[in-house]
Amino acid sequence: MVMFWVLLLAISILLYVLLDGVDLGVGLLFGLASGETRRSAMLSAVAPIWDGNETWLVVTAVILWGAFPVVYATLLSAFYLPLIVMLMGLILRGVAFEFRYKTQRMRWIWDLSFAGGSLIATFIQGLTVGALVKGLQVTNGQYSGGAVGWLTPFAVLCGIGLCLGYALLGACWLAKKCEAEVRDVAHRRIPVLAVGVLAFLVVVFAYALAENLPILHRWIDRPYLFVFPAIGAVAVIVLALSILRHNDHWPFYMVALIFVSAFGTLALSFWPYMIPFVITIDEAAAPRSSLAFMFWGCGLIVFPLMLLYTLISYSVFRGKVGTTAGH
Amino acid sequence: MDMTALLLSRIQFAFTITFHIIFPSFTIGLAAWLTVIEAMALATGRPVYRVIFEFWLKIFGIAFGMGVVSGIVMAFQFGTNWSVLSKMTGPIQGPLLMYETFWAFMLEASFFGVLIFGRSRVPPWFYLFSTAMVALGTTFSAFFIMVNNSWMQVPSGYVMENGAFVPDDWTKILFNSVVWSRFPHMLLAAYLTGAFCVAATGAWYVLRKVCHAEARIMLRMGLGLAAVLMPIQLLFGHLNGEYVNTYQPSKMAAIEGRWNDEKPGSEVLFAWPDVEHRRNLFAITLPPPLGSLIDSDSLTAAETGLNSIPPENWPPVVLPFFAFRIMVGCGLVMLGLAWVGSYLSYKHRLAYNRPLLWLTFFSFPLPFIAIITGWFTAEVGRQPWVVFGVLRTADAMTPFLTTTEATISLVIFCAVYAFIFLFGTFYIYRLIRTGPARKPFEVPHLAVPNRPMSLADEELVPEPSHTGAGE
Ligand code: HDD
Ligand code: HEM
Ligand code: HEM
Repeated sequence: MVMFWVLLLAISILLYVLLDGVDLGVGLLFGLASGETRRSAMLSAVAPIWDGNETWLVVTAVILWGAFPVVYATLLSAFYLPLIVMLMGLILRGVAFEFRYKTQRMRWIWDLSFAGGSLIATFIQGLTVGALVKGLQVTNGQYSGGAVGWLTPFAVLCGIGLCLGYALLGACWLAKKCEAEVRDVAHRRIPVLAVGVLAFLVVVFAYALAENLPILHRWIDRPYLFVFPAIGAVAVIVLALSILRHNDHWPFYMVALIFVSAFGTLALSFWPYMIPFVITIDEAAAPRSSLAFMFWGCGLIVFPLMLLYTLISYSVFRGKVGTTAGH
Repeated sequence: MDMTALLLSRIQFAFTITFHIIFPSFTIGLAAWLTVIEAMALATGRPVYRVIFEFWLKIFGIAFGMGVVSGIVMAFQFGTNWSVLSKMTGPIQGPLLMYETFWAFMLEASFFGVLIFGRSRVPPWFYLFSTAMVALGTTFSAFFIMVNNSWMQVPSGYVMENGAFVPDDWTKILFNSVVWSRFPHMLLAAYLTGAFCVAATGAWYVLRKVCHAEARIMLRMGLGLAAVLMPIQLLFGHLNGEYVNTYQPSKMAAIEGRWNDEKPGSEVLFAWPDVEHRRNLFAITLPPPLGSLIDSDSLTAAETGLNSIPPENWPPVVLPFFAFRIMVGCGLVMLGLAWVGSYLSYKHRLAYNRPLLWLTFFSFPLPFIAIITGWFTAEVGRQPWVVFGVLRTADAMTPFLTTTEATISLVIFCAVYAFIFLFGTFYIYRLIRTGPARKPFEVPHLAVPNRPMSLADEELVPEPSHTGAGE
């Protein structure tokens, strides 16, 4: 039962990162784009999906609360300020999507909050992962790092890294969904961003070596963990080939695969901890009566239905979007 | 323990949930009403129902979207500010919130797309079915959140293990009598909100002499629905009072402004409770046994006063006392309006009665006020407990939250919410002022499932000029 909920949690987080990563990334690139035609083409590439994508964040939160209440309580309270700022970023971005078409004069405000909200949300998500890897300061089962205990150079580095990563994901999506100028610009950005992401990974690795982070020991102790980085390396090679061929679709799938492998690497190196080296999965799990109640009423049938719905809504919107749409 | 951080967290929770509840109250009722309208359109084939449906669907879209974004914040706040609570009650409140997300979200998200896009793609019966499913989704949402909150009001079906609430009987948690008086009270409150907003809009159009056919239907249906639902609402309000009296004597004493034990009890209609001296100033009191009759359905029952409850277990008295009276007052005014209005409309005289039309137009805030004050009665009256009788609010807070952090977050919330609220209400206002479009409805090319608010993109259609009317 506990493993079932770990699995569902992992699926939800991964789906959130991949799906919302796309539209947050488009939001980041949106800030760089000029001209109404390009901007509205970029928006219509993610308009049908962003709202559903964000729901996976809520799903993640409620799985955490229901199945691993201790983790929910500890993480959310430790990351108090960043979380609240992230939520505001998501709200501003969400309403901007809708409100920018209601006005001509004020449009710049909503464009700003769209790009700015995406930037804030992405940066904070990266920061959070970085702070978790670095290790939260916990005494007697209670967070003791203070109001800004999560703010370390390493965490900031991870925040920047995730911005690059999401932007890459977003650029690949634009190449896949758009035509004409937007697609061409995206194709030019992909190699730059890809190199940026790789450089970031190298820097993180070097930093980890220099700092001798606890996670590094786990990789050395468990060589089989290198399966995931290996998959990632293959994906990088295919990505490079597809960039050279100017393919519209492969870069997206390969970048997604790189994200999956990074996620897998991270998850396996945390194992069996949920909050690294403080709370294990078994310590965090809710009582059996709760897990069973959720299993029968939510996990078993409703969760697969939600996956199915996501699939269907993506297949409804497959194919390229027109450049004129959006006005 | 940082007392200022505690106070700020309480204000923040109250502010964000009050902001959130505005939108669900409206969308739950409207979703159900849209289902009825769609069914009437199918049954009668009259185009006017179709026009009304498409018009309110747009407004529904914006309110729904604002409800979603403000709700996401709520799902996180238990962990950020109330981490001790969420750790202890997670095994019970977590699964309930999960049911809400998984069940309600499934239905809402899957079928909302059909509502926007599907008109021409699915058979009419399926379109109607989808409308009903969205309404069902919002109802599930209300049900599970009411179960959740009712458990905090009257905890049951659990055992304590290692400082956590462990569920041992889910049927007791889901199907106890408290849920079954509070859930209908909330659902009816939402339906009344929908009814009054629709009726007020109709009254406005009649007054402005626009959209005749639609306006009359809105006015008549809104008032008629309210006229039927209002007495039922009062009945469930009374049942709510009975549960409070049984399980939460401290809340009841505060609501009633009752200081001493009385047998049988009197009923304070109005007063200014003076907490320091434990007495009521300017009291207008009905003699016994009216208090016992109202609170316990009995001529002789004993009623508890605050003096026999230790002061450290007292809730704030003034707030629940007045909030309760405002709620009941709004209810009585709505009842009067709905009955008189329905009677006049039955006699075909309503359209000429301008004072009543104006009153109806201005009545749309009443249900919102009643809902918010009702929640204030329930939640402030529950203090100082967060899980009644078991866990104190002060012990439930994140222990290491500092005043600085709490201040920063509260300021951010207020600023961002004020910003989006102003724009959201402005767009809704513009839609309502413009009125239903007579032209055949087209789906704006940007409207897509999962993106409810985009329906309002139609706003780009030039608005009719209002200056032309008098020339
Ligand atoms: C009686 C009704 C009611 C009450 C008291 C609440 N909500 Fe709510 N909520 C709804 C009725 C609703 C709804 C009608 O289902 C909404 C509004 C618009 C919408 O899309 O769904 C919604 C949206 C909504 C969402 C957005 C995503 C979704 O649709 O699932 C979340 C995460 C929450 N709520 C969470 C909460 C939490 C944590 C609450 C309490 C602290 C809360 N709501 C109180
Ligand atoms: C939607 C309508 C609601 C409104 C308007 C409302 C209002 C309030 C108010 C005014 C307070 C502050 C009380 C005080 O501190 O004196 C409060 C506290 C609280 N309420 Fe609600 N509430 C609502 C629904 C809910 C629901 C559905 C839940 C739980 C599922 C809930 C859980 C809480 C919690 C955890 C607190 C924190 C304790 C506190 O601040 O005192 N509320 N609410
Ligand atoms: C004579 C009329 C009414 C009576 C006697 C009444 C009674 C009550 C009582 C005793 C409570 C507190 C329940 C608790 O503490 O949990 C309550 C809460 C509430 N009331 Fe009323 N009420 C009346 C009218 C209305 C009306 C007209 C509305 C809205 C349209 C409304 C909406 C609410 C809401 C939203 C709550 C909070 C949710 C809850 O606790 O169930 N009430 N009501």
